[in-house]
Amino acid sequence: MTGKDEAELSRLLKAAIAGDERAYADFLHRTAVLVRGFARRKIVQGGVDPEDVVQETLLAIHVKRHTWRDDAPVLPWVFAIARFKLIDAFRRRGRRVEIEIDEIAETFAEPETETVSERDINRVLDSLPPAQRSVVSAVSVEGRSIGETAAKFGITETAVRVSLHRGLAAIARRFGRE
Amino acid sequence: MRTEDLIKALDADARNKAMPLRSAWWMATAVAAVIAAVVFWFTIGPRSDIMIAMHTMRFLSKFVFTIVLAGTAFALIHALSTPGASTGKAATWMAAAPLLVLVAVVLELFAVPEAQWGTRLVGSNMMICMGFIPLIGIGPLAIFLWMLRYGAPTRPVLAGAVAGLLAGGLAATFYAAHCVDDSPLFVATWYTVAIIILTALGALGGRLFVRW
Repeated sequence: MTGKDEAELSRLLKAAIAGDERAYADFLHRTAVLVRGFARRKIVQGGVDPEDVVQETLLAIHVKRHTWRDDAPVLPWVFAIARFKLIDAFRRRGRRVEIEIDEIAETFAEPETETVSERDINRVLDSLPPAQRSVVSAVSVEGRSIGETAAKFGITETAVRVSLHRGLAAIARRFGRE
Repeated sequence: MRTEDLIKALDADARNKAMPLRSAWWMATAVAAVIAAVVFWFTIGPRSDIMIAMHTMRFLSKFVFTIVLAGTAFALIHALSTPGASTGKAATWMAAAPLLVLVAVVLELFAVPEAQWGTRLVGSNMMICMGFIPLIGIGPLAIFLWMLRYGAPTRPVLAGAVAGLLAGGLAATFYAAHCVDDSPLFVATWYTVAIIILTALGALGGRLFVRW
């Protein structure tokens, strides 16, 4: 199972980096499932919401995807980031956590879905400058395309892309700093 | 915001790409070397008898130590700033520079009568050595710490310390062209102290600034 995930995710991420946006969405969905399973198994005491860890990990994967070498396996890279973000989440809540890295090898893709509750990311989103916040919300929560978002706010597509990129980078940075 | 929604936003931002980490490290190191060279040239510069010194083993051996240190630290810091990359092999290679120094020290102890050991060790430049290696290395260290932020080190303090070793190896390579104390006894003592200063600063920088 893990071997199949590895080959599939590696193929998708390579295609994504080459410019295939559908492959990127697919990669992120599959990665979210893997990280969700990982976070749920690691967080047994509560205090940290696994879905927050999933979101932080996806953001970190996104802004750090230039650190993946396409000749290196992708799963160790994904789980190293997930583990770092999980420890970070515990640290922010003043807990100590010890995670065995060996257990990562036992990760299986489970068809788990996310739970719905108040998210850390919403708080960070609220703290963004208004222009970035409205663009990020339009593209994510409202599910608009770049073009639709540009039309909604009466700005160019380039301006939408810039605001989106800066907004996401700022969210990722703020998670790291908190 | 649901994770589904976040993925939509990330996907919409997929076209925005950053330079691959490996290329960025090469570029940053080149820039750091230029900065170190400029600081070196406008402060102390090479020693006046460098053409003659270049024919002596002791002088040349200094560059072997410092370049091996910088090279091994470069390989390790690249691995440390890549999540999930194995660091064991690169970490083992970090022993190369200290081992070479150790061998040179032993040879020096055999080559030089015991009465001279003290003067060789103290040399004539130790304060300059301990001042200028950190001075030449501080700019490169800042660049390397910035590069760690660009990467994704899962062990920021360790990565910061290795950034200090890399900056130290680079700075010591330039400083070695100035210093007239060529004895391995001097190098093993004062270069080490100077490089440890940069390593400690790097670890501190990793702790404070390397967040992602």
